[in-house]
Amino acid sequence: MAPWGQGAFSPLRFLGDAKGAILTLRMVPFTGLPPSAAEGRCYMDWYPLWNSLRIAAISTVIIFFAGIFAAYYIARLPRLIKGVLDVLLTLPLVLPPTVVGYLLLRVLGPKRVVGAWVLETFGVKMVMTWWSAIFATVVVIFPLMYRTVRGAFESFDETLAYSGQTLGLSNTYIFWRIRMPYCRQGVLAGTVLAFARALGEYGATSMIAGYTPGKTATISTTVYQLWQTNNDALATKWVMVNMAISAVVLLTVNMLERRDLLSEAGRKRRGGR
Amino acid sequence: MSLCVDIEKKLGAFHLRAQFEAQDEPTALLGASGCGKSVTLKCIAGIMTPDRGHIELGGRVLFDSERKIDLPPQQRRVGYLFQQYALFPNMTVEQNILCGIRREHRAEKKALLAEKIRMFRLEGLEKKHPAQLSGGQQQRVALARILSSEPEAILLDEPFSALDSYLKWNLELELADLLAGFGGPVLWVSHDLGECYRNCRSVCVMEDGKTGTVTGMDEMLRCPESVSAARLAGCKNFFAAEENNGAVYLPEWDLTLLIAAKEKSFTTIGIPDGALALCDDGALRCTILRVIPGVEESILLLRPEGCAETAPVLRITAARGLPLKAGARVTVALDLDRLLLL
Repeated sequence: MAPWGQGAFSPLRFLGDAKGAILTLRMVPFTGLPPSAAEGRCYMDWYPLWNSLRIAAISTVIIFFAGIFAAYYIARLPRLIKGVLDVLLTLPLVLPPTVVGYLLLRVLGPKRVVGAWVLETFGVKMVMTWWSAIFATVVVIFPLMYRTVRGAFESFDETLAYSGQTLGLSNTYIFWRIRMPYCRQGVLAGTVLAFARALGEYGATSMIAGYTPGKTATISTTVYQLWQTNNDALATKWVMVNMAISAVVLLTVNMLERRDLLSEAGRKRRGGR
Repeated sequence: MSLCVDIEKKLGAFHLRAQFEAQDEPTALLGASGCGKSVTLKCIAGIMTPDRGHIELGGRVLFDSERKIDLPPQQRRVGYLFQQYALFPNMTVEQNILCGIRREHRAEKKALLAEKIRMFRLEGLEKKHPAQLSGGQQQRVALARILSSEPEAILLDEPFSALDSYLKWNLELELADLLAGFGGPVLWVSHDLGECYRNCRSVCVMEDGKTGTVTGMDEMLRCPESVSAARLAGCKNFFAAEENNGAVYLPEWDLTLLIAAKEKSFTTIGIPDGALALCDDGALRCTILRVIPGVEESILLLRPEGCAETAPVLRITAARGLPLKAGARVTVALDLDRLLLL
């Protein structure tokens, strides 16, 4: 595998201004293997960063589509069903992540219904792998996307959809070419927030994926582990990495919003009305 | 081609019963706000589904509850002009119009687009977004878009309700011109009598969710069917009335009018402005209660002599600048032939 920072998927691209700060950390090639005990306590294994980013990225893609379609279809349901689904889907946002983790274990554990079936049929364990964290992240972060997108969809002017229909446009076209562009701000904000939040999911992840260095370790579980083992120096480095990523993500949201505002204003200015 | 509508729909306490037939010309659907005009249009366009009934356009069944026919709006070929035009804000003028064109071939699409741009005088605006256009330009784009979709009927949902009167006048003239080339039925929904009168020759009055019969515009003005039709026709004075030995008795004023009571039963008498005139030797003696100055004419509130203080007052317009003051006595002439028994 290419050395870290040179591959096609380089987390450095995301880091932008934080690049300089990170480069002062000791660089080692990414091997995917846990550090050997001999290499000592200051050794910075980048696996948790890579693992966190891929979990967050995959979860965000899933949440993006699930959130949009839930927001779109649930708004059209009868009031009673809508209310029940609304509560069920938003519940993970207010439940302690450990409770969500526990519930997921009750479903996906190797001796539970779904977990046992998958293990028997595909020979795959649903928990304690790196991708187990995706289940946890999706369930915990989904309400954030669902709520944000629903809010954006509620501000949509339905007469635009109606006029599209009377003009003969298909409902799919109206959804992707009229409704989504109209609500892009909310959808975009929801997506970026979901990604940022997914990067930091700890409670449910630690329960369902655990902490195995080089296998299931994420930034947040690594920080906890380092703190547990009194490795303050390395914990601080990871905290800084995490803060840098989050700051860049939030900065991106702000810039996207501002660019949108500017272009809108510019459009009106150039209008020559 | 004609548009036949016979539908019912319940929305909470509101009950819509629309039944009318519109021919190949602009037909006004006139009614006060909230009487169900927009719901009717939405049912015709397929945006809302009636509970029961039948909608037919030029022999094509769009909706039939018994035969379980309910064409989606995309297949109804009914153009709908929304109040704020509903142009897609993220698309340019060109893209907006292209949305309406139902052809497959690229060259055909291009030719149609160019034709519509020219016809609706949108040259130079092709790449602009709706937010950059004036109200008139937006209206032209909306109409160009609707006509590109080759509709068989057009519905106009209070096209000018959100505009001030000066803009409205210009847009109304333009809309009428642009629609003149369209051959099919046009339903013009409005609560403004003047607007309907200028643009439509036939009218259907809607009251509390129920449509009346489609009549000629002048006929509706001359003998309205109901109190609300009379009100929409501009009549401002309504009083309780009952039949008394072949004449009409107004209990609130304790006054008997010697006109032949119609065969139809009635409970109300409407006095149009045109049936009232201030004059020196009028039959009805009144006291002026209030003078309300207006831009062109003043409005006088009068109480006929001899009636109680609680009796409804008579509203009459008078030329501006007449030396009239509250408390003064005047006489009013009533044109008995023009009174409306409803």
